Amino acid sequence: MTLDGLLERHGGWLESGPEEGPVISSRVRLARNLSDTTFPGWASKEVRDRVWNEVVQAFDSMETDTEFLRWRMDELKTLERELLFERHLISAELAERKSGSGLFVSEDECRAVMVNEEDHIRLQSLQPGLNLQKALDGAEALDDDLEKTLTYAFSSKLGYLTACPSNVGTGMRASVMLHLPGLCLTEEIKPVINAVSKIGLAVRGMWGEGSEAAGHMFQISNQITLGKTEVEIISHLDQIVLEVIEHEKNARLRLMESQQIRVHDHIGRAYGILAHAAMMNSNEALDLLSGLRLGIDLGLMPEIARRDIDQLLIRIQPAHLQKAAGSMLSPEERDIKRAQLIRLFLDGSPDNGNGH
Amino acid sequence: MKCDLCDKEAVVHLTQVVNGEMKEVHLCEEHAKEQGIDIHSPISITDILMGLGEAKQGIEHQLSPSCPRCGMAREEFRRSGRLGCPDCYNTFMAELAVAIKAMHHSSQHVGKIPAREGLQTRIKSQIARFQKELDAAIAREDYEKAAEIRDRISEVRTQAEEQEGGDA
Repeated sequence: MTLDGLLERHGGWLESGPEEGPVISSRVRLARNLSDTTFPGWASKEVRDRVWNEVVQAFDSMETDTEFLRWRMDELKTLERELLFERHLISAELAERKSGSGLFVSEDECRAVMVNEEDHIRLQSLQPGLNLQKALDGAEALDDDLEKTLTYAFSSKLGYLTACPSNVGTGMRASVMLHLPGLCLTEEIKPVINAVSKIGLAVRGMWGEGSEAAGHMFQISNQITLGKTEVEIISHLDQIVLEVIEHEKNARLRLMESQQIRVHDHIGRAYGILAHAAMMNSNEALDLLSGLRLGIDLGLMPEIARRDIDQLLIRIQPAHLQKAAGSMLSPEERDIKRAQLIRLFLDGSPDNGNGH
Repeated sequence: MKCDLCDKEAVVHLTQVVNGEMKEVHLCEEHAKEQGIDIHSPISITDILMGLGEAKQGIEHQLSPSCPRCGMAREEFRRSGRLGCPDCYNTFMAELAVAIKAMHHSSQHVGKIPAREGLQTRIKSQIARFQKELDAAIAREDYEKAAEIRDRISEVRTQAEEQEGGDA
């Protein structure tokens, strides 16, 4: 399948899942390296190509019903690499890499393997909603399959050996993507982030570094990877995420009790602008769609499905808009296309709201 | 144990591999501090690596300058904080042991083991896990549980020895 095919579908991790109001998805990533082989950042082109070929062989000899699509980064145009990045299938770092670097991804996009990123193998498993155990099961099953062919760098003391010592041990980074508009609107988000950060978990904006609160989306992940089992790590994360969800639900309840008019106004305005604007930049769209998503969770928007909004959050990004348009677009053209796409989704009329 | 640089008691113990041989470096609180190792608070790897960059000649000359397998120089590793290959873990263990402990508050893996690893690795890991449970039981003064875990550890050790004897 080509990359255009991806554009038409939405990833399986945007289906329904537990706690799907405040939680968008759960992810488990495992870092693995081949034994006796230089890590990608320090390896020659020949070594990187050899690693790619070994991983290809591992996939080819895998006995599984799941079909994995594969792309080498040097075969993809910049826009196509950005598209994969926007779909959370590759990191910004992999998008920059070329020789020997590439991606394997299952058709439902729930499992993906980056080759020759910081480590030889970065394997990820995504699940909708709060479901870290299922994400871990998916990651470990694929890990076991790959390991039938590949010999990993492993030490009985330090566990899986990784290019950066911050990943050594389990090599596992588990994370949960959360939508926390209640805590943001009540301005209670900072103490929650501080508390979570103090117990060894990391909190950052969902849309990458430096975009802290765009769309009120946050990602919470473990930092410690050594000295704890995989299950201990996800149990701890799970427990903290459930506490954050509880805070978020309470904040929403308080908002509806004490500031109902303000909440209705916030959501109504979001809908109004989204339904009628003729131009819209990414950040404004993320913030307004966050308002709409909150409206859905509060039962104020019965006609809209939450998963459609989540799908829209992916499709309004620059590379998605340009891929759909089939050409490169200037920032202004993108803002017009973005507004059009959202209007089309909300009332089926691409020209509604632009004065005609 | 005494500090390698003076007669005081060592509080920081580093392990390093030079030409395939394991060596240890022991430092007192004062000398550890001099090299940028703050033993009381968690520190970033960059801080530690930069701190050790100013290590005293006495220790520095014992450390191999680069990884024999991939050729990554100690300076390069300190600059980037990234390793060149799996063997770098042995080469740069002196710096890494402290950094890893500071980042993870642990120095023993207890998680998944690749299926290709041998029985000995599995047993070591099992004992490490029990040891962790034992420490936790002692910390909460649950001595009955601690005794139970201690017995399980010696059982596993005996089995391991028997297994080793059988293999030989």
